[in-house]
Amino acid sequence: MRVVLRNPRRELEVAGPISVTKLLRQLDLNRESVLVVRGDTLVAGDAVLSDDDTVEIRPVISGGAS
Amino acid sequence: MKCTVCRGEAVIDLRRHNANFCREHFLRFCRDQVAKAIAEHRMFGPDDRVLVAVSGGKDSLALWDLLVELGYRAEGLYIDLGIGSYSEASTATSVAFAESRGLTLHRVDLREEHGYDIPTAAAVTRRVPCSSCGLSKRHLFDEVARTGGFDVVATGHNLDDEAAVLLGNVLHWQTEYLGRQAPVLEERDGFPKKVKPLVRLSERETAAYCVLRGIDYIVEECPMAAGNRHLRYKEALNALEAASPGTKHAFYFEFLDKAADRFRPEARASQEELRPCTSCGAPTTAEVCAFCRLVERVRGAEPVPVEVLGSKGRRRRRRNGAARDGAAAEAGATAAAAGERVRP
Ligand code: SF4
Ligand SMILES: [Zn+2]
Ligand SMILES: [Zn+2]
Repeated sequence: MRVVLRNPRRELEVAGPISVTKLLRQLDLNRESVLVVRGDTLVAGDAVLSDDDTVEIRPVISGGAS
Repeated sequence: MKCTVCRGEAVIDLRRHNANFCREHFLRFCRDQVAKAIAEHRMFGPDDRVLVAVSGGKDSLALWDLLVELGYRAEGLYIDLGIGSYSEASTATSVAFAESRGLTLHRVDLREEHGYDIPTAAAVTRRVPCSSCGLSKRHLFDEVARTGGFDVVATGHNLDDEAAVLLGNVLHWQTEYLGRQAPVLEERDGFPKKVKPLVRLSERETAAYCVLRGIDYIVEECPMAAGNRHLRYKEALNALEAASPGTKHAFYFEFLDKAADRFRPEARASQEELRPCTSCGAPTTAEVCAFCRLVERVRGAEPVPVEVLGSKGRRRRRRNGAARDGAAAEAGATAAAAGERVRP
């Protein structure tokens, strides 16, 4: 499965099937800080991603100080 | 996972609400939260003209879209800050959003209209970029609201933003700021009323709203934001939130309910007499307002490209011996060094 990370943009190969929650734990990401995007929609925490999926893990924290 | 409302396939789980939603019911949830914030805090009514501060990021575009969806009269204001390719992409995204929906987007270009940009202002004033950036944005939003006859300025501050600012104010016991922190700032002596209709939505929720509404927003961060203190507070709060969903909401809204009033006298006492700036007419405590003084100082300075500002910073840190081998260490050191100089 192809996993696209942002800021900076990079890609990882992760073996599927794996649930979204497990994937985030494996990558040591806080589920409050990211969304998992597949195509034009989102995948919820318990959804299982298959080996031929491509997902984007999108950070949602922005840091403007004003 | 099933939608809490319709039992259809859920696309998002909101643990803090103990709910899962399908696309349709999540979008409705967002509209309801914004409608509730507007009503509860008496932000504006259906006849008011609302000026939305638009940056091209998820929050401001979600806010604008939500206000239009809810039937409000909302126009946008975009300020081109001149922050290299980040500003170019933000401009294109904001303009495309407005055009695709037939909405009115007002635009101010700092370089064209005021003769400077944010990287240059930061270099000349030797302050963090967010300092002159915030000052410029506040001034220009006020000005356009005043001259354009808007009733209220709406900004995209979300629950995470407000909780992070609150945490910062509490950690340093900034009692005066605590007395001023609220989802609504009433109009005062020529300053327009300011509201934050997204305070009931978290950052993850506004981003999800954009994805599910097909709103193309700038995912890239402003290069000036990397590693500032505000970001660290957000991360700390999200660590607590992950262990105990609902923490951010309770922290912020219980503060408003139970504590904010206690700090009001302090905030009021520190409010100084305002008079019109002799140069531009904006309300100010000084003879000439801070914006006009900034423009005076930086206008005509040799433009400093954003990359130069970045590499200068890195050189300075390397001399301090902060940077170590490897990209990760470099990023960490950059964050730490930048954080010390940023005031939220
Ligand atoms: S991060 Fe700072 S410099 Fe960048 S847009 Fe936000 S306030 Fe301006
Ligand atoms: Zn549903
Ligand atoms: Zn002035």
